[in-house]
Amino acid sequence: MSILVNKETRVITQGITGSTGLFHAKAAREYGTLMVGGVTPGKGGTEIEGFPVFDTVRDAVRQTGANASVIFVPPPFAADAIMEAVDAGIEVVCCITEGVPVLDMIKVKQFMEGKKTRLIGPNCPGIITPGECKIGIMPGYIHKAGPVGVVSRSGTLTYEAVWQLTCMGIGQTTCIGIGGDPVNGTSHLDVLRMFQEDPKTEAVIMIGEIGGTAEEEAAYFAKAHMTKPVAAFIAGITAPKGKRMGHAGAIISGGKGTAAEKISVLEECGVAVAASPADMAAALMRIYKP
Amino acid sequence: MNIHEYQAKEILRAHGVPVPEGYMCTSSACSRETARRLGDGPWVVKAQIHAGGRGKGGGVKLVRVADEVRDVARDMLGMTLVTHQTGPEGKVVKRVLVEKGCNIARELYVSLLVDRKTSKVTLMASTEGGMDIEEVAAKTPEKIFFEQIDPLIGLAPFQGRNVAFSLGLGGKLVNKAVKLFEGLYQTFIDCDCSLVEVNPLVVTAEGDLLALDAKMGFDDNALYRQRAVSDMRDYDEEDPHEVEASQHDLSYISLDGNIGCMVNGAGLAMATMDIIKHYGGNPANFLDVGGGATIERVTEAFKLILSDDKVKGIFVNIFGGIMKCDIIATGIVEAAKQVSLQVPLIVRLEGTNVAKGKEILAASGLDITVADGMADGAGKIVKAVSA
Repeated sequence: MSILVNKETRVITQGITGSTGLFHAKAAREYGTLMVGGVTPGKGGTEIEGFPVFDTVRDAVRQTGANASVIFVPPPFAADAIMEAVDAGIEVVCCITEGVPVLDMIKVKQFMEGKKTRLIGPNCPGIITPGECKIGIMPGYIHKAGPVGVVSRSGTLTYEAVWQLTCMGIGQTTCIGIGGDPVNGTSHLDVLRMFQEDPKTEAVIMIGEIGGTAEEEAAYFAKAHMTKPVAAFIAGITAPKGKRMGHAGAIISGGKGTAAEKISVLEECGVAVAASPADMAAALMRIYKP
Repeated sequence: MNIHEYQAKEILRAHGVPVPEGYMCTSSACSRETARRLGDGPWVVKAQIHAGGRGKGGGVKLVRVADEVRDVARDMLGMTLVTHQTGPEGKVVKRVLVEKGCNIARELYVSLLVDRKTSKVTLMASTEGGMDIEEVAAKTPEKIFFEQIDPLIGLAPFQGRNVAFSLGLGGKLVNKAVKLFEGLYQTFIDCDCSLVEVNPLVVTAEGDLLALDAKMGFDDNALYRQRAVSDMRDYDEEDPHEVEASQHDLSYISLDGNIGCMVNGAGLAMATMDIIKHYGGNPANFLDVGGGATIERVTEAFKLILSDDKVKGIFVNIFGGIMKCDIIATGIVEAAKQVSLQVPLIVRLEGTNVAKGKEILAASGLDITVADGMADGAGKIVKAVSA
């Protein structure tokens, strides 16, 4: 078991004829993901590297039975691509694109109200259920199937946590990068809820960073509703106020969203907080024995 | 991206938001002339820098005699203004805004920003104008009012009225306020803002509303479709290293420490700063070279780090995912040769082709210390710079 994606998930790539989209579609196929095709408006009916190309997501769904999509289109067109996938009834949409305007995402969120799609991202590495399905840009080989769920705003920090676990011989159920933007599809709390409901996930590592209050909300949820141990790391304890630290959402504004504040709430809620990013897996091991 | 007050007021004026009449000047002569054009005094001379708290630092002066406008502007232009937001080094004033004064009856606060929790633009207002809103939020949160705005409907008139009545406005002021809030919201949407803040919004003795100060921030991701806004960027107000970095697609922030950092990924870059601190050191910068770093970008990143005189050592922390470690290693060796590196360099490589990457570093003949893991690397660089 796992959350959101598994070996039956049928994935299309939106923006498959672009170099990045194609590169990662091939890498995902090599990993064993069921990559069933791609979408590039105007190139429907052609084929690229063995992937059938469609003009619209609707066509792709009709002809391939796709139920997940990964988006690699440039930022000005990303919001539209997400809405197209949502409209076509895709269950899991993963938007890798970095640099989507916030106001576009606000409209997307409104558009998605009441629809069944789960959006991951934008500005994220994607989602992987080790050994079954890799959707996104993460290196597949660092993962290993097992009992720990990983959720993070940052791509490279997800790899870091996963690698620490794998080196200890501990595998993962599913790893999700939710992205570094202020308005995104899936929050830490959403993922914690799914991990709590997934029978195979025994423990969770949650990685956050400065900006917003999503980590605090997740911490309160964990305290109130989770029976599984949760460890966390918050990046940016040394980050200056008012500066955007690479990610659009990683900014301490109005005195809110500091790492210290988040760490204190997490600890108060019984989450094991790693003091250093080198100790994320070790922090989990303090409260969890596989 | 941020802009000056005078630019923000131009944008607001174009969206029908009442602002005081005034003009930007770069000389004292222009300031005197502007005062004459504005008619009877008093006038207000305001230093234009990208930082708040200007009044306390002597950057805002009320003047009652026209000739004194020239003297005040002369003193202000070229002065180094230090406020709680500029840091101790302050900012040099290169422009002033000369405005017509007004009779203030009440001072209010109003702003628009994106609420991350609801994913909506939020109108926020307070009766406590002219104060630091963070302080108001901490001490008297009941004096702040919010309206979440539906992106498809926009700011509904009833929402504007809710806020106006909450602020204690009555009579004709209610509709004036509703119109003003709508103008602010339209500005926010039209210009892809991240913040529109009017503090204070004043009620004049004559019964009008006036945006006495204005602050605007913009969503960097949307600048590609905001040409007019992009043109307002004032590079003088930004850290020269950060400007240089942005021209090479590097994400860089200057800090106070002496350990230069080069990392791939924003989260790992922040975490690298943190782990340096954890081991007792101080990072000199945040630097994310991105996922698709090339030899050229790595070289530029090195040059940038070394252009900071405070840097006494460099820690490279790479988790090669799609990016292969041997390519990164080649980039590091090339760059280190080109910039003739004089400070200790600690490199931590992990991920794809890591063994090959380490071999390249070892065979380079350069004085590079390879670290086993992030903790080992952080420990080593802290030791190296304190030696």
